[in-house]
Amino acid sequence: MLQGVKTRGYPSLQELESAPGYPSPGRLEKGPVAVIECIEEIPCNPCEQACPQHAITIGEPITNRPHLDEDKCIGCGLCIPRCPGLAIFLVDLTYGQGVATVAFPYEYLPLPEEGQAVQAVNRAGEPVCPGTVIKVQNPKVNDQTPVVTITVPREYAAEVRGIRRIRRER
Amino acid sequence: MRKVDLAIVGAGPAGLAAAIEGAKRGCSTLVLDMNPLPGGQLVKQIHKFFGSQEHRAGTRGIEIAAQLLHQAETEEVEVMLGAEVYAIHDRTLEVAWAFTGDSSASSSGGGATPPSRHLAIAARRIILATGGAENALNFPGWTLPGVMGAGAAQTMSNVWRVLPGERILMVGAGNVGLIVSYQLLQAGAEVVAVIEAAPRIGGYGVHAAKIRRAGVPILTSHTVVRAEGRTQVEKAVIARVDSSWQPVPGSERELDVDTICIAVGLRPNARLASLAGCCLHYSPRLGGWVPIHNSRMETTIPGIYVAGDLSGVEEASTALEEGRLAGICAASSLGKSNPGDDERIAAIEERLISLRSGPFCQPRQDAKQELIEIGEVQCCKE
Repeated sequence: MLQGVKTRGYPSLQELESAPGYPSPGRLEKGPVAVIECIEEIPCNPCEQACPQHAITIGEPITNRPHLDEDKCIGCGLCIPRCPGLAIFLVDLTYGQGVATVAFPYEYLPLPEEGQAVQAVNRAGEPVCPGTVIKVQNPKVNDQTPVVTITVPREYAAEVRGIRRIRRER
Repeated sequence: MRKVDLAIVGAGPAGLAAAIEGAKRGCSTLVLDMNPLPGGQLVKQIHKFFGSQEHRAGTRGIEIAAQLLHQAETEEVEVMLGAEVYAIHDRTLEVAWAFTGDSSASSSGGGATPPSRHLAIAARRIILATGGAENALNFPGWTLPGVMGAGAAQTMSNVWRVLPGERILMVGAGNVGLIVSYQLLQAGAEVVAVIEAAPRIGGYGVHAAKIRRAGVPILTSHTVVRAEGRTQVEKAVIARVDSSWQPVPGSERELDVDTICIAVGLRPNARLASLAGCCLHYSPRLGGWVPIHNSRMETTIPGIYVAGDLSGVEEASTALEEGRLAGICAASSLGKSNPGDDERIAAIEERLISLRSGPFCQPRQDAKQELIEIGEVQCCKE
């Protein structure tokens, strides 16, 4: 088991779909929802307490994988910066005509700016499509894990999980 | 000679947690650490920690160090920095002390080398929390400047704010290799590749995924063949390895790098324990030679306890719990207990079992259990 994440370094689609934190296609169609790409049984549970809707459950033992109650999740994204593994994303397939948003943690400087055109990358860091930054959130409660939201063509929303890092000027 | 109830060697998470528990029970407590900063490896852990709420999960390691130090201060624990314990006999610690002027984290750097002094400290109980040490990897060119432990690179970058290089090859895809790669990216370096001799990534998938998203390739079944360069690393040659770990002829590849970081595991830093006469046991799962201890963390030398990576390389969360356990048990052996300590010990043991569950950690649980079973036979009772 876990061929993808343990050999390539990122989970395969099959691994993701069998993970209890990965929302169903039906739920994704309904609007913004947390996508929890935590597929390995590791001792960790801050996401459980991060969710004000109590939509994420780990329980006992602590090595359980997070379970997303997709009907309770309202897509607020508060869980994103609380995951130490930076493994939670927010996907909204209903953002606009043919346009989806993907939100992800981004702990690099410089931060992108709202409105900036960026290269959206997939789980392997490969550029897949252009994107536009619509939100950069870094309130104190995030404890220096900024959350960046970008728009991408809807058909890439399942793939896009970040942006090409912006080079620092030296 | 200075006399204390409890002397602790190492001001990392295990040592500080032990000190806090000892002091809470009325032990005069002294923590000795050879480094200029307290907190052990926590001070360079700028990432958010895994674990449970009780272990301050989601908090960055450096914050945990600050919280522990604050708590230690509140409990009137004394932390002596620049203090290297080089021998222990008859519960006396021989210390070479480079006097740093104050024991706070903000002690100024630079200036003349402070004079060294020798101290002897008599302790009724000793807790060793000397942590782990990085394993080395030998290959042609491994002595060139630019080849360093991943932990050393992390110290340079995160503690002293010096980027060790611009283009990095990370050797080893365990958690240390993956996390340090991420932090070097954050610091502005380029990580050209992470290579791993095993066919699978050893560290957590989420750490691997973070650096993959950032475009860093992770090459499993690969090893470093040699480092090349005149006065420093200018190139690394890597190769694929077969199932018997031998480089596959013709698979060599050159990488243009100026730094090679070695992250091939840690071993318990058991030298002082060994000098003190503690019996060791060889446990590959725990990182190598580790002092035998019983369920109360006491070694085969009565009155000497161990905690943290020294008693088996694990995580900061387990180090904290073992430290607490050692602190409570050492104090209790001096007749200093708080009401409810039995329940506290049971709760710690339960949390340790929970932290060591799951496919990732269960092997450590088994190894730890084996070690404690040996300890229950070999260590003195009460």
